[in-house]
Amino acid sequence: MIDTPSLPPSGPPGSPGPPSPPGPAGPAGPSGPSGPAGPRPAVSPRPGPGAARRAAALAARARANPLLALGGALSVLIVLAALLAPLIAPYPADAGSATHPFAVLRPPSAAHWFGTDQVGRDILTRVLYGARVSPLIAFFVLLIACLVGIPLGVAAGYFGGWLDDVIMRITDIFLAFPALLLALALASVLPASLTSVTIAISATWWPWYTRLVRGQAASVAGRPYVASCRALGISRRRIIFRHILPNAITPLIVQVSLDVGGVILTASALSFLGLGAQDPTPDWGLMVAEGQTYFTTDWWVVTFPGLAILVTAFAFNLLGDGLRDALDPRRVMLR
Amino acid sequence: MTVYIARRLLLAIVVVAGVIILTFVIAHVVPGDPAATWAGPHAGPAQIAAARRFLGLDRPLPVQLGSYFGGILSGNWGYSIHTHRPVLSDIAVAAPASLELVIAALLIAVIVGVPLGLVSARWPGRPVDHLVRAGSILGVSMPIFWMALIFQLVFAQRLRLLPVTGEYAPGLLFSHPLARRTGFPVVDALITGNWPMLGSTLTHLILPAVVVAAYPAGLIARMVRAQVLDLVGETHVQMTRALGFPERAVFGRYLMKLAWNPVAAALALVFGYSLVNTFLVESIFDWPGLGSYAAASIGTLDTPAILGVTLFIALVYVVANLVVDLVQAALDPRIRLR
Amino acid sequence: MTLEITGLRVAFGTRQVVSVDQLAIGDREIVGLAGESGSGKSMTTLAILGLAGTVGASVTGSIRLDGEELAGLPEAALRQIRGRRIAAIFQSPAMAFNPVFKVGQVVTRALRLHGLTGSEAADRAAAALREVLLAPDLLRRYPGQLSGGQLQRVAIALALALRAEVLLADEPTSALDVTVQAEVLDLLRELREREGLSILFISHDLAVVAELCDQVAVMRSGKIVEYGPVGQVMSQPRDRYTAELLASVPAIRAGS
Repeated sequence: MIDTPSLPPSGPPGSPGPPSPPGPAGPAGPSGPSGPAGPRPAVSPRPGPGAARRAAALAARARANPLLALGGALSVLIVLAALLAPLIAPYPADAGSATHPFAVLRPPSAAHWFGTDQVGRDILTRVLYGARVSPLIAFFVLLIACLVGIPLGVAAGYFGGWLDDVIMRITDIFLAFPALLLALALASVLPASLTSVTIAISATWWPWYTRLVRGQAASVAGRPYVASCRALGISRRRIIFRHILPNAITPLIVQVSLDVGGVILTASALSFLGLGAQDPTPDWGLMVAEGQTYFTTDWWVVTFPGLAILVTAFAFNLLGDGLRDALDPRRVMLR
Repeated sequence: MTVYIARRLLLAIVVVAGVIILTFVIAHVVPGDPAATWAGPHAGPAQIAAARRFLGLDRPLPVQLGSYFGGILSGNWGYSIHTHRPVLSDIAVAAPASLELVIAALLIAVIVGVPLGLVSARWPGRPVDHLVRAGSILGVSMPIFWMALIFQLVFAQRLRLLPVTGEYAPGLLFSHPLARRTGFPVVDALITGNWPMLGSTLTHLILPAVVVAAYPAGLIARMVRAQVLDLVGETHVQMTRALGFPERAVFGRYLMKLAWNPVAAALALVFGYSLVNTFLVESIFDWPGLGSYAAASIGTLDTPAILGVTLFIALVYVVANLVVDLVQAALDPRIRLR
Repeated sequence: MTLEITGLRVAFGTRQVVSVDQLAIGDREIVGLAGESGSGKSMTTLAILGLAGTVGASVTGSIRLDGEELAGLPEAALRQIRGRRIAAIFQSPAMAFNPVFKVGQVVTRALRLHGLTGSEAADRAAAALREVLLAPDLLRRYPGQLSGGQLQRVAIALALALRAEVLLADEPTSALDVTVQAEVLDLLRELREREGLSILFISHDLAVVAELCDQVAVMRSGKIVEYGPVGQVMSQPRDRYTAELLASVPAIRAGS
């Protein structure tokens, strides 16, 4: 069997993971330790009521890993903002097709914290509602990527042979395209909409998951205890569900959390190019594109939506990174 | 070693064939009638039928695939709808500017990212480490089109430190015309001794290159840090110290040489990624490269052009990965000697 | 060339891993430091070289090289001593060399670090390799191309080339097979005779210690529980732990 090529199987663009060598480790593979994350938490929490103890443990871990804490907190805030948007947005109607011709392009003020856009809509409202769009796309994309990637990866890794070869070659071909490129090509031939964007990005994202799961499946399938399971007459199906899949879960979780930021960036890029959401949907990428022409004089139309993209991607990337550090079994506190 | 090269080449060829087939498939996912699009909104049925024959869309699919393949290999990549020129020649004209931009960006990324990663690995857990880690995650989280706009506004328009758009000051075209040798303005200015032009091309290159460098710099810093930390516990590191080498040599020379391997692999990955990122940045800076061409093609739904650019970049990506694999084998004796 | 260690304490925070009141290596002496894995022997090596800080440990106590106090010296001064006056060889020779550098590069760089010119370094490296019975052109190979035994000899050659006075040998033969082990031990003995090297030989293998060393210190949980001439310790151990260790080594029971 030909070696898989060294198309660096790091996560798709956006995941800050270091590429790892191809093979069983797969994309989320042996990345380096984050190293000592600071002084050891001082003293273990005193025994007390369960909740207090858990809170103290959480605080200790937050002190030890400030970046993870920051990422987690921000992510929670963003999700809250998305869920509560209709309740906390000052001008809910502006998220839709409302226009206010007399309030066009107003700078940030007490009435409009983020100013108004080119048709007079409140930008803060649209930014808050936009928080519902991007993470939702990310959710669907990653769901599809898993639904497609996991079965293919298990099939390739567990059964091996020609099935493995065929699936891996197809994966390689998809991976020969930088992710944004393929998504772009697909999205450009489909009618411009959020659905198209979701489909396009999913089509480019599944290969990573196939690779990842295949690596895990192959390494588990090669272990002696699996052979003895077969010898005992245990069905293939049971082996897959009880031994192979559980081993793949942790790297999968890490990869998913790392990918959320990447998908959000890709989706907003596609919307910026006009291939995704259309007006009046409050999509952040679209808002930046629309505000471009006014940018030199009315900076707020572009700045706030873009900042929202940045903060969201940053938060989820921090979270994913921290999760990877926390869940990596090789990570031992050095100091 | 030759076996390794041969295997890699064979694999690359297989992947290239697959890439061409995939672009063909995408081209035929197009809903609607490409012949009608080509003929234009005012075409009658006869003209659409003629367009269909011209575009070869009336032949069976396998035949179309075959001639598509043949066309690609012989240089016929179709005609751009919005420029009415052959796609391949459009790409040939636009590619150097983007390549120059991406290469400059990667240079910046390595120069910035590697030392930061080393510093971060040298003092893990301290404030500088947290700063570098946060900074590199920020770099990979950056919506690049927004960063381009902000930087352009702040540095070019408000602070007037750098030019706003273009590859060089247009006035210089008359006073110090640039002779085209390689197609890369900076290189051409350098080798023809055209100093005013060199200065102008460099200052115009800075802003777009820095913007495109954000993601690679963040990625490289992270990778170097991770790799070095992975290695720092190994015996040979202690031996190097026990021989009396200062820490900066231990990290800077000895650990770094080991860390280059995955960094080189990452460079191929980010080369492709950055080339695509130019789509989001070039039109903002009026940079006459593939990105502007692609953005214009997307805006006009110029499918042949979009697919041509897609194919081109995918091929560049495959080649880049191949080159990196071979360079890695050359640098790391362990690969060669296996 | 003598190395005297007094009151050495190495700790990770509040956890003490080494606590040595007295240990000395005299001129042309081979002193064994024996004990089980994890008893703190390797930490002692790091502490002597002033490298304990690189793994996060703190060190107090006195380490005198020929009467000169090493503890508390600034880093720059310690770097002069490392390699040049006190050399170290490690347990797993294959791991002790940076895999992407040719072996010769490490040797010549180290020599030039300590003041030799390029050609002087090349000459001395070649000469040192011959002294350990290796062909000098092995220097052009990568560590992956040399066997464990060869690599360990290169490490010893490195110490020779640097004209080190004291050699800290941390389990140098544990990763080698028995015949190669014997060769390396012979080499060490020869170097003591010819070059006047003083050696601290760290090992968990009491049989080897008995064969090679003049004095032996038995370490347990970081403390020295027995210390004296090897013949005396082996035949009349005062400490119970030492006796147990000896009892578990068949050869010694039968031979001495």
